[in-house]
Parts: sequence; C-alpha cells; structure tokens
Amino acid sequence: MSSSEKPSSPGLKPFTAMVRREFAGYFRTPLAYVFLAVFNAFAVSLAFFVGGLYESGVASLDRFFLYHPWLWAFLAPAAGARLWAEERRQGTIELLLTWPITVWQAALGKFLAAWLFLACALLMTVPVALTVGWLGDPDWGVILSGYVGSLLCAGACLGIAAIASALTRSQVIAFVTGFLACFLLVLVGYGVFDELLAGVLGSGSVDEFRRLGLWRNLEPFTLGLVDARPAAYFLSVAFAGLGLSTIIVERR
Amino acid sequence: MSLIEAKNLSKSYGAIRAVHDVSFAVARGEVVGFLGPNGAGKSTTMKMLTGHLRADAGAAVIAGFDVADQAVQAKQHLGYSPEGAPAYGEMTVREFLRFAADLRGLADPAESVRQTLELCRLGEVAAQTIDTLSKGYRMRVGFAQAVIHDPEVLILDEPTDGLDPNQKFEVRRILKEMAARKAVIVSTHILEEVGELCTRVIVIAKGEVRCDESRDKFLARGTDLNAVFRQLTA
Repeated sequence: MSSSEKPSSPGLKPFTAMVRREFAGYFRTPLAYVFLAVFNAFAVSLAFFVGGLYESGVASLDRFFLYHPWLWAFLAPAAGARLWAEERRQGTIELLLTWPITVWQAALGKFLAAWLFLACALLMTVPVALTVGWLGDPDWGVILSGYVGSLLCAGACLGIAAIASALTRSQVIAFVTGFLACFLLVLVGYGVFDELLAGVLGSGSVDEFRRLGLWRNLEPFTLGLVDARPAAYFLSVAFAGLGLSTIIVERR
Repeated sequence: MSLIEAKNLSKSYGAIRAVHDVSFAVARGEVVGFLGPNGAGKSTTMKMLTGHLRADAGAAVIAGFDVADQAVQAKQHLGYSPEGAPAYGEMTVREFLRFAADLRGLADPAESVRQTLELCRLGEVAAQTIDTLSKGYRMRVGFAQAVIHDPEVLILDEPTDGLDPNQKFEVRRILKEMAARKAVIVSTHILEEVGELCTRVIVIAKGEVRCDESRDKFLARGTDLNAVFRQLTA
C-alpha cells in the first residue's frame, strides 16, 4: 500500500493474473490430480480394452479419439463446475465484481484457464500416440488433427459447463446439469438414438440433426480432415457458452 | 468534491422494497457510520455503491466515475470489504493479497503486499491458507485487500463484526490512521463505534434514510444511544 500508487492503465495484467490464479487453483486441491488420473485411466483403457486399439492392428488413434466425446462430456463439467459456483459459495464473487476487471475479462480468464487445464489432461495421453508410433507407422498429421479436434470438443463441453456453473452456487448441481447437457450432445449422432429420432422426425431430417452432435463433428478430425465446419461448430458452442454464462453472472 | 455520491438509489427484490430513494454524499476526510437494524437496506445500498448490484433507479458515483457507466475507473478508486469478508479460502494470505494487487494492476505488487501485511499486522499468518485462520484474522484479510491500493474511497460492511474488543480496537486504529485522506463508509450495528470512529452518522431503516447528521449532533440526541436508535428506526 503506497500512497504514490495511482491507478494507471493496468493493461493485460489483471487478465493474466486472473488466468494464473484460476489455473493454479486447480492444483491447490487434490482434485486436479484425481481428475488427471481418471482422465488418463479412462482414455487409455477405453481405447485399448473397449476400442480394441491393439487388436485392430492399425497404427492410428481413431479408436482412441472415438471415446473422447464421452470423456469430455463427463470431465469438462467436472473441471468447469467450480468456475462460478465456487465464487458464489465462498462469496468472493462480490469481491471479483467490485475489483477493476470487467465481467467479460474475468469470464474469459476463467474459461481459458479451465481449457488449459483440460489441455494438460489431453497432453498427458501423448504416450498413447508414442506407443502407436513405436508399434507401427502412423500418419502423424492425422494424429495431430485428432488432438486438435479433441481439444476443440473439450472447449465446447466447457462452454456448456460454464453456463451450468453460472446458474448455481453448488458445484454438484453445476456438474450434474452440465454433464446431462453434454451427454445429450454425445447421444445425438449415435446409432440407437438416431433410430429413435428417425421414428419421430423422419429419416431425412435426422442427418441434419446429427450434425449437432459432438461425435459427428469430432470424426473428421480423427480422420485427418481439418474442416472449417466442425471447428466452427465446436468454437461456437464454446463461445456461446462463455457468452451466456457471462451474461448470467452480469445480470445477477 | 464528494468522493462518494448516492443519487436517489432504489432497489427492490421482487415485491420487497429494499432501498427507496436514498441520497447522500461523502467528502474526503469523512468517516460515515452507516447504521440501521438488520434488513434495513445497509448492505443493499453498499452493494449498489460498489457496483455489485445494479440499482433499479438512481446512480452511484465513486471519485467522479459512475459505477454503472465507468465501472472499471470507479472500481480503481474503491476499496470494498463485503459483509463477512469473503476471500479465496484455499489461497494463503500472501497469495490472496498478491492476486488482489495484480488484479488491480499495481506498479509494484510485491511491495504493496509487504506494506499491507505490515499495516494490517498479518505478517505472522502470511503463509497460512485463509481457511485455517481465526475470524479476527479473516476479517483483517478482508480489510487488507480493500486497502492494498490505498484507495480514495473505502466502503466496509461490518468490518468489526464478530471481533473481540482488542481486534475491534485494532481495526479502528488502522481506519483512523488513514481516514483523513479518504472518504469512508462503515456499516455497523454497534452504536459505540459511532463515537469512537465516525465523523458523521447516517441511519437507515426500511430502506429509507431516517437521519443524516454530524457525529456530535447525533450524540447530542440523548445519552442512551440504544433508545435514540430505536426511536429513529421505528
């Protein structure tokens, strides 16, 4: 506290402070390590034991990425539940909203930190790719595009989780509602669900509807097709979620 | 120039009228005791002044900046400790203050943290997580984040609530030290605090200002302040 210090233009400092605090916040509790362990255990075992990655004899990771929409639907809401719910529970939202940072800056900082955390989880699965590289001769470009797609998919789930977290002060409720919403987006595009829809909507419109699902948009990435449409889909869901959650926080 | 201006502030929660047409101005050097029974609208008024709550009608101005239209500028001049002094419990005192300093974009955050720890006598618990602190220390942490940038305007919602007499004395000491350079609003329901700390008193009840006068005038209303309070807020 020095009296000479007059508030000047702080530039990006408040924003980076926000990102750093939020990111470090994950590692202040054991939850982060549990999260990383669970993500890795499931990512690897689903690919090998359910997807038959080894038995397939193909040096590619598409059977690994196949399960990522499920993983993100469960774990992005788990990581995103604290975004706003925890601020409300602790009462710190009142501090945050009276500090000289706009709600948009705070929301974006929180969102990026959470996304970065999910990226860390994803990065820890690189040994799976290395294993495939050791066993065979995969197309590394396809693997890279798969990772990009998975990260974008994580962002979309996080956007939904942010809305759920902005609506409540309970992390549990935020997690459950976020998970259910993401889960619906996973179901859209799966066989059984499709048949159900075809009965209701007629087979023509089902294909349009499937485009709204997570898997349908991740699939091209896992095949090495970097297409603007699915990328735009993930990013719009992510930023719509970010925007809506910010408006919810601002309005209260 | 007034550093704090409340202009016809009103706020309702559904059908409940929490604050109705409250106006006052606070100049540098004034310490205003904001008194009223629980549920009178003290906290709601403070939340509108600090930009946490949007007023249904009226305006709040901090250091010349409208808290709704020029929010970031207004908040740079404001230090605020909400009721119960919320803080990120999983952070240590030093981390929390450093975060507050960084978020405010202070030029030398490390030095600001050091000085604030000293001023608020938090040095010995600086490395402790806030969750493990006693209530007295927690309240001081809340106070510390409010003054870390040496703001011109200080708004404190029940800063001495739940403190023991020594701790209360300590908070009042710090406040008195810095009061001459600032405009301060302190809400309290401890009437003795008025005489010791404040230069002016605003009594609010049922969302309306019932009395706004100098400390001396207020104290002259009677020797039994509790009776004066009851009569004003009836």
